[in-house]
Amino acid sequence: MTGSIAAIGAGLAVIGVGLGIGRIGGQAMDAIARQPEASGKIQTAMLISAAFIEGVGLFGVVVSLLK
Amino acid sequence: MVQRRLLTLFTALTLPLSGIWASSAEEHTAPVEAVDSHDAGTHEAESAAAHHGEEAAFNPNEMIMHHIADSHGWHILDWNGHAVSIPLPVILWTSNGLVVFSSAEFHHDIEGHHVVEAGGLQFVNKHEKIYYAGTEDKPVDLSITKNVFALLVGAVVILLIFFSAARYYAKNTNAAPRGLAGFVEPLILFVRDDIARGAIPEKHLNRFVPYLLTLFFFIWVNNLLGLVPFFPGGANLTGNIAVTLVLAAFTLIITNVNGTKDYWMHIVWMPGVPTALKPILALIELIGVLTKPFSLMIRLFANITAGHILVLSLVSLIFIFESVWISPGSIILTLFISTLELLVAALQAYVFTMLTAMSFGAAVEEHHHDDHAHAEGHH
Repeated sequence: MTGSIAAIGAGLAVIGVGLGIGRIGGQAMDAIARQPEASGKIQTAMLISAAFIEGVGLFGVVVSLLK
Repeated sequence: MVQRRLLTLFTALTLPLSGIWASSAEEHTAPVEAVDSHDAGTHEAESAAAHHGEEAAFNPNEMIMHHIADSHGWHILDWNGHAVSIPLPVILWTSNGLVVFSSAEFHHDIEGHHVVEAGGLQFVNKHEKIYYAGTEDKPVDLSITKNVFALLVGAVVILLIFFSAARYYAKNTNAAPRGLAGFVEPLILFVRDDIARGAIPEKHLNRFVPYLLTLFFFIWVNNLLGLVPFFPGGANLTGNIAVTLVLAAFTLIITNVNGTKDYWMHIVWMPGVPTALKPILALIELIGVLTKPFSLMIRLFANITAGHILVLSLVSLIFIFESVWISPGSIILTLFISTLELLVAALQAYVFTMLTAMSFGAAVEEHHHDDHAHAEGHH
């Protein structure tokens, strides 16, 4: 077995990010389907939320990069 | 009015300091240290083998870290086993005063073997940190490193774009802008209207918009330059934690210097809350003052560095498998990820600027005292 516990930790952090951003994307699609005229605003809000959640996931990745 | 001038001047003078700080705080990711002993073996084996024209095992870890980290010379490529790089000046503040020499004097040695004599003192370069030879002490490193140079290149790009746009506006005051000014105007209006105006009360808008514009374009332009694979692009500036630390520190300083009495009251003695809880909330809020800029720093650093690591890893797939048939798949994946990185470059600039604007807005917001008084009156 190669790799390290740190890599496993990073992978776990990314599971959370994947689930979170997946939910945002899904709900954004629902919202756009309900009201296509608002799709611009929804898309912007979706990207911003995704950036925040990705930021949190990257905290985990950074910690796994530390010695 | 004076405050705005001072703010701008302060920012203009200290922004380059982030670059100097970056050059002396290079080991933000410890894998460089982790592969230290590993590296010493492989690096020498590689360069020795390369000099003999043989192929040593490709170490993707080392290659990636070399591209992510800062360095004293700008390495362009390896030609016939010989490293071709642009030697940048090494500027050190030592016990003998200021010592300046070219990084070429280290002859690409980062293991600390080659001793450079300058200004009456001897220096070695261990993993891009300069030490006094034979000791663990370091002089103050003020060198123009790769990241500092990239910072200057980014600054020149920004100045070129915006000065030429400004000249256009000076010449044609009442016409619809065309050319570069026309390209730049929607972006500036975007920062002012969509980012700043929603967060900061109108009265204080003009105080903060110049800094927010600077911040937005600084981050965006340097993110983009980091994605360009050839000189003078390709330096990982915004992925250097010292640089993002300074940007976050500016947010922290400007927010708290401009904090009104309301702002501070909400932190240390939150109105509208039972008195027993106020000290606890004060502690939490004080920590919160620090965690917001901290998360700004980590978010930008991690996003950009992770993007670079990803692109470099995909390209090094070709060398790991040592087959040219991997190239199409690897290149297509790399192109796709690079496109995503273009989006990330803009998005991270937007998120950083927006959160900064929200901090500024919270600092100068005027509260209606009646709401809190009512809440306390009901207790």
